Amino acid sequence: MQVTKTPREMISIRHLWAGYESENVLEDINLSVWETDFIGLIGPNGGGKTTLIKVLLGLLPPSRGEVHVAGKSIKEGRRHIGYVPQVVQFDRDFPISVWDVARMGRLGQRRLLQRYTAGDNEIVAQALRRVDMLDLQDRPIGALSGGQRQRVYIARALAAEPEILLLDEPTASVDPKVSSSIYELLSRLNDHVTILMISHDMSVMSSHVKTVGCLNRRLFYHGAKQITPEMLEAAYQCPIDLIAHGVPHRVFPEHVVEEVHS
Amino acid sequence: MTEIIEALQFTFMRNALLAGILVSIACGIIGTFVVVKRIVFISGGIAHAAYGGIGLGYYLKVNPVLGAIVFSVASALGMGAVQRKTRQRVDTIIGVMWAIGMATGIIFVDLSEGYKVDLMSYLFGSILAVPSTDLWIMLVLDLVIVALVASFYKELLAISFDETFATVENVPVDMIYVLLLCMIALTVVMLMRVVGLIMVIALLTMPAAIAAQFVKDLKKMMTLASLLGVLFTTTGLWLSYFMNLTSGATIILVSGAVYVLSLGLKPLLRHPELDSESVSSGVS
Repeated sequence: MQVTKTPREMISIRHLWAGYESENVLEDINLSVWETDFIGLIGPNGGGKTTLIKVLLGLLPPSRGEVHVAGKSIKEGRRHIGYVPQVVQFDRDFPISVWDVARMGRLGQRRLLQRYTAGDNEIVAQALRRVDMLDLQDRPIGALSGGQRQRVYIARALAAEPEILLLDEPTASVDPKVSSSIYELLSRLNDHVTILMISHDMSVMSSHVKTVGCLNRRLFYHGAKQITPEMLEAAYQCPIDLIAHGVPHRVFPEHVVEEVHS
Repeated sequence: MTEIIEALQFTFMRNALLAGILVSIACGIIGTFVVVKRIVFISGGIAHAAYGGIGLGYYLKVNPVLGAIVFSVASALGMGAVQRKTRQRVDTIIGVMWAIGMATGIIFVDLSEGYKVDLMSYLFGSILAVPSTDLWIMLVLDLVIVALVASFYKELLAISFDETFATVENVPVDMIYVLLLCMIALTVVMLMRVVGLIMVIALLTMPAAIAAQFVKDLKKMMTLASLLGVLFTTTGLWLSYFMNLTSGATIILVSGAVYVLSLGLKPLLRHPELDSESVSSGVS
């Protein structure tokens, strides 16, 4: 039971170690994601980006440490997460319409043998409207461009009425113009929704997110907008002891961040 | 025309045509999932594991279909479990099960005393010798499949399209997947006796694969696949009747011919404006 004035901690990661078999991919990760944060994590391939997402979605149990989502265990808390996977993972030939994809976002609210309700349809329509895809609701998903498909997956995530959006490489394989329109959309959504985004592409990302961090086995995150050369060096070349001042602090609204860095 | 009416006087011909329709419905619905979820090979593995059950049935002198049900459901559950746990070399394990299932069947028949059944009849089946009781069994199977798919449609769609997302949405993914494998197993076993192992696989894959090229909706795909199945079995049966050919093989070749034709037709039926439009509006 938190004091109302303090922002809610939407994701809390404490001393997380995770990996496959005996090999750790993530080492001693600490991260607090607060309400209406817009955090971008960048890192090289093999730096543990996908592993971190799997842990947050409850697809991979941590080998050590604690993770809470919206103050609950992952299995309970993941219902508050709207997950937007990489576009490239999909089968373009799958016979399914935009509408049916977006409506999958309502699955978490419906049990087995329960049908979707008129209310569900209204929420799905609203989600598609927010990403400007309602007009194309009857299109097969395979007939869309990469950017349009990405919007549909964002709508699917929104249809779950999430408090957190978790995006995996949201602009992989779309051209720069499309990707900046996706980031603008995310900035708008960020008024209500906390966003955690993971990408290897820091050029587009840094201008839209509120704060950035580097992930390469360890997490270098200061709750700041800027990536310092030290962070990059630490993340990409020698991921050692800098974690000492990577202890996450409160994330301030944007103007405060500027003051801090001036 | 008179020849057709003459042929319809025979109970075996009427039963064969009805069997073709009933088989096509089950295969059209289940085959759609098999094709979109890309588990044709798993279905083949289940079907051939069932073969071992038939042999065991003869050996133990129980109804071979009972043996086949036990073997195929067990292999479906086993394959589901293996796939969940290891995620690796699934195709190898399926291949192994495929071969062992078949070999077990043959060895059990060798060991059986007395009348040696011809296992070949389970490969290509004998659609011309379907008794009326089997038609009733197939009708019940169709109803069960339609009821299950209608009840769990949104979950089946979700795990077929995006298993990870379904998991995150707390859909019981493993349970639904095993349900699908068990439906495949039951379809295979019930239909194997009637039309043969090879034709079950043919009818599971080809009508659905053709349908997938022309419709972009899972329900429409199931309907179209079932209708195509009816068309193929009926055409195949008449062809085999008039040309005095093996019925199962004729049906398979009719399906195969249409499948190859549809691959050639596909580029002609694409909507060019659909693709170009979507690309340009995506930039906006």
